[in-house]
Amino acid sequence: MTEQIFAVELRDISIRFGKVTANDSASLRVEKGEIHALVGENGAGKSTLMKILYGMYSPDSGMMKVNGAEAHFSGPRDAIASGIGMVHQHFMLVPPLTVAENVVLGQEPVKGCCAFDSGRARELVAQISRQYGFELDPAAKVETLSVGEQQRLEILKVLFRGAEILILDEPTAVLTPQETTSFFAILRKLKAQGKTVIIITHKLREVMAVSDTVTVMRRGKTVGTVRTAATNEAGLAQMMVGRPVVFQVERRLKTEREIAASPVVLSLEGICAKSDRWLDALCGISFEIRAGEIFGVAGVEGNGQSELIEIITGLRRPQSGRLTLSGQLMDFEENSPARMSKLGVGHVPEDRHRRGLVLDYSVRDNMVLGRQRESQFCSALSRNAEAVAAFGDRMIEDFDIYPADGELAARALSGGNQQKIVVARELSRRPKLLVASQPTRGVDVGAIEFIHRKIIEARDAGAAVLLLSAELSEIMSLSDMIGVIYHGALAGVFPAGSVNEDKIGLLMAGGKLP
Amino acid sequence: MSLDGIFSLALLSQTVRISVPYVLAALGATISETGGVVNIALEGLILTGAFCAVLGSHYSGNPWVGVMAAMTGGIFVSLIHAVVCIRFRANQIISGLAINILAAGATKFFLKLIFHSSSNSSRVAGLPHWSFFGLDRAPVIGAIVSDSLILAAALLVFASYCLIYKTPFGLRLRAVGEHPECAETLGVSVYFMRCAGVMLCGVLAALAGAWLAFDQHQFSADMSGGRGYIALTAMIFGKWNPLWAALAAALFGLAEAFQIQLQTVGVSVPTQFIQMIPYVLTVVLLAGVIGKSRAPAADGKPYPGEE
Repeated sequence: MTEQIFAVELRDISIRFGKVTANDSASLRVEKGEIHALVGENGAGKSTLMKILYGMYSPDSGMMKVNGAEAHFSGPRDAIASGIGMVHQHFMLVPPLTVAENVVLGQEPVKGCCAFDSGRARELVAQISRQYGFELDPAAKVETLSVGEQQRLEILKVLFRGAEILILDEPTAVLTPQETTSFFAILRKLKAQGKTVIIITHKLREVMAVSDTVTVMRRGKTVGTVRTAATNEAGLAQMMVGRPVVFQVERRLKTEREIAASPVVLSLEGICAKSDRWLDALCGISFEIRAGEIFGVAGVEGNGQSELIEIITGLRRPQSGRLTLSGQLMDFEENSPARMSKLGVGHVPEDRHRRGLVLDYSVRDNMVLGRQRESQFCSALSRNAEAVAAFGDRMIEDFDIYPADGELAARALSGGNQQKIVVARELSRRPKLLVASQPTRGVDVGAIEFIHRKIIEARDAGAAVLLLSAELSEIMSLSDMIGVIYHGALAGVFPAGSVNEDKIGLLMAGGKLP
Repeated sequence: MSLDGIFSLALLSQTVRISVPYVLAALGATISETGGVVNIALEGLILTGAFCAVLGSHYSGNPWVGVMAAMTGGIFVSLIHAVVCIRFRANQIISGLAINILAAGATKFFLKLIFHSSSNSSRVAGLPHWSFFGLDRAPVIGAIVSDSLILAAALLVFASYCLIYKTPFGLRLRAVGEHPECAETLGVSVYFMRCAGVMLCGVLAALAGAWLAFDQHQFSADMSGGRGYIALTAMIFGKWNPLWAALAAALFGLAEAFQIQLQTVGVSVPTQFIQMIPYVLTVVLLAGVIGKSRAPAADGKPYPGEE
């Protein structure tokens, strides 16, 4: 019996970066002409493994075979020569250059002794663009292209170099649902032309929709390969996380008497505010949140959510209205984030890179941001490094942050683990009011479940929670009360269980309930 | 007081003479920064070029040997900048400043050692003049159109433009200056391209120094006199495009020539104010134009950057 020849075969690949083992004896087999999905949580080592295959890193140990022949790449140039092409998660395009120039870069057609033949470059690019139905204008500047077009350009670049094996790193992360659909059509077209496609993703729905085979990675190891047809989302999620994943975190609904007995923590009355561009962002927002209650605000982004959060956390002054926190009427003239924080408002911001973390600080230092003056973390003149370290390391353990290294810069962690730092910091202060905006954006399934569980725990411990999310399912599964925001006003407020997704979706889009 | 004397062929010829080092250095900086390496070492490169030119000319008696020596010196000094900034990813501004200080000190040291003077070298012969169609005998501008380095500078303006915008080398250089990671993934060596850009800059800036030295037939201490910084300004004003940078350099040359002419004619304005003209122009242009001028995206950023 002859051994089957695989397009790609990786055996026992290991690589370390400093103290972090990114790939730990990972193995992968990809058949010719299939769409192979490589899934795993953020930081599981998917991208690293593919960068090794593309020659960008050389592994510490392990063996690589491409089309049956053993391969040693010392750089992307070697991988390209072996018919491998990679589309990176962050687009590798030069914005001021044209489509054609971006495609031929590194393999430019030449006329005469040394002049760049831009006419020929455009012809070549137009030809491939037609062949695959990409509809790209070779003379257009890349900075004028839409995200979907840039993605097609990236694939075109790879095809121009004669790639038979295409690696796509999180290709749909930046696409709209419509663009994703047409992107999948392109993948199927590539497959029909005999190309092998490896797609990295953590969106299980997409894996089910487009792939033939799936390999799952967890913490640097490949944990298994299955036929897509023989599995489902729940099965894949379990392989990714290493335990069954609960998509709906359990929580106990409170009785009316319990609710009535708990004190009101936050009360807003007739809040009106302008946006940064001095347009009306909020008009007449009124609601209250009681202790031990999660108030979920559903809505399409840009309907006033950001301004609402900024007012509650002291970052923005409203034009009119009253804000009462634990019975104390707030004076907006004197309000500041430091004051609100002191009064027990915790804030998980919508953009963790902008407001949640100092990316170049260590994980430990990020854990005490805003609390560095508390007596437990500093003495009269200096900070207490040991206390900070001990606290940080305990949080890392409690919140299962990976890699478990408090001295690492926050920048080095995956999105899900960065988000856990923010959530850990805010919850460790035991806030009376937790404002959580998009708490699980760009976070993988395991971490989503974990963060949801922590939010529920805070609620059960008596915190009032204001939850804003673009994910309707998140609002539905966590909230005790659900409000819908549309054009800066609440289009409705409902107790959980008295309303379904269809009704909320209708209100989010500006419709009226019959 | 007669103003007719100011706008004359003399003004034109003076403008060209003053502009040449600005143009050459600005071209060099443009090439270096197109590849993503900020090169404020221009000042030091000009000094090095001037000193090496005099040295080569002094020992061989042949000014062309001086030109070769200047270019070699320029390459050698930019090699320091390249190794420090590209290989060891150090801060490019600091490396540039260090080279400027080093060059100022080293040229003075060797001046003392070789020419036994702390101010200037002995006199050397200038470059020979060329004659095309007898143009060199034309009044005033004859000296311009027959000067080999002036002609070379004019040619280099267009050569630099073609190099950056019309060759595969230029395409790669621009890619490396805009998005080095992208270039690297396509198999273009960021190290090689950036080094090449810095070396070319070294050659061009050293030529600017050589021109200064041959124009004055000697080397004098600190003779670069801030020209490197003016050239950098011209590059920014010229939006990192060789043609515009050269034009901007010429504009600064014009302002300086104008100031000299005003002084010769004897306008009843304090000379200090007249001398300010080029610098005021620099400040005004920078303040007014810099907002619209966009540097290469990865200009000044070491590669690979932080993970």
